[in-house]
Amino acid sequence: MSNDHTHGHSAHAAPPNPYLEKHTTPEQTAALEQRVQALESLLVTKGLVSSETLDKLVETYENDLGPINGARVVARAWVDPAYKERLLKDATAAIAELGFSGLQGEHMVVVENTPDTHNLVVCTLCSCYPWPVLGLPPAWFKDAAYRSRSVVDPRGVLRDFGLELDASTAVKVWDSSAEIRYMVLPERPAGTEGMSEAELTALVSRDSMIGVAKVEPPAA
Amino acid sequence: MNGVHDMGGMTCYGPVKPEENEPVFHAEWEKRVFAMTMLGMGQLDTLDAFRHAIERMDPTHYLSSTYYEHWLAALETLAVEKGVLTPEEVATGVAQETGKRAEGPLPPEAVPAVVQGGAPCQRTEGRLTPRFSVGDQVRARNLNPTGHTRLPRYVRGKNGAIAQVYGTFVYPDTNAHGQGEQPQPLYSVCFTAQELWGPDAAATDNLYIDLWEDYLDPTSGEES
Repeated sequence: MSNDHTHGHSAHAAPPNPYLEKHTTPEQTAALEQRVQALESLLVTKGLVSSETLDKLVETYENDLGPINGARVVARAWVDPAYKERLLKDATAAIAELGFSGLQGEHMVVVENTPDTHNLVVCTLCSCYPWPVLGLPPAWFKDAAYRSRSVVDPRGVLRDFGLELDASTAVKVWDSSAEIRYMVLPERPAGTEGMSEAELTALVSRDSMIGVAKVEPPAA
Repeated sequence: MNGVHDMGGMTCYGPVKPEENEPVFHAEWEKRVFAMTMLGMGQLDTLDAFRHAIERMDPTHYLSSTYYEHWLAALETLAVEKGVLTPEEVATGVAQETGKRAEGPLPPEAVPAVVQGGAPCQRTEGRLTPRFSVGDQVRARNLNPTGHTRLPRYVRGKNGAIAQVYGTFVYPDTNAHGQGEQPQPLYSVCFTAQELWGPDAAATDNLYIDLWEDYLDPTSGEES
């Protein structure tokens, strides 16, 4: 996809704004490290948390949870029509069949892309995201630009990602304002008819399950 | 609260900018804040109270700080409000009173059960009979509460239709304020893009948002 889309007409030029420049200087990071270390020490002293348990939780979210889980769900739905039917009817149960469940995925709904419908998931009020299937969200999902504009200009946001939809394609935007968590079932690309479930899993990108991309056909 | 967090519909923040290599965490402190919040919050207050603590941040700080700074601010706020830390302890980082909590912290072995078990918000008590059915025409109420709500400004007063009846769920507007879960029906409500954004929006496009029953009024005649 061309870079033109990144700076195309949809990408509203933001005026210089100090509030949009996030804290990233080394000094600021050092100050945060110090403040957070002090807070951890306080909460450990008070018996609210233990550092070993914090380590274990971080390790879990860094290593064990990620979009590979969602990709497995998508690939299974592509090869097994009965599974796909269960997934679209009761996503929480169908996803649990593959072993994925838990925090921020307690109430899952999967929405299906078709040749004439494209789904896009956002959380305008905070950054709700289906952790068991996609892991923790990328920074852009949590930033103001995505949260604010996805509902009013979804086609422009998709152009930011290099995806230009036909005018005839219906866009459905899902604002996760409650505890339901949404995942997109992307379309299976052409040219994948002979591929195994494992090969298909490797094709499915995280972005396609948020709805900001399509699954690209395998390179010829 | 009509806060800066309620961002839906604004167009002033420029293009979406994905990072080059998208790390799960960008610094060690982010990991610690994430884990302290996940493990400590349950002992301090509800998820709804946590979200509201973020919403109460200074709006300029909210916009200029990163995601896990929001979590850090909310964690400090609730630790003080719930009496676990004093404001002086947060400011100095030095414990004044060392009284330990009776229960003690979760052990590392408990992490898999916490992560995989989750914290479901659907209830089998409370208001169980939904007032609306799929297809019913509704209008989002024009409510402007000063406390927590999950009814964003951009749908208030707009007409939509019930797309799904999800069941009875914990009501954030009370649960965030120590007023109990007061579970009530939750719906997926469909609004056309043109209803929300006017005639220039694509006629093909729709927005779906999850709204609790008390956010909605009927517009297609009262239910019988």
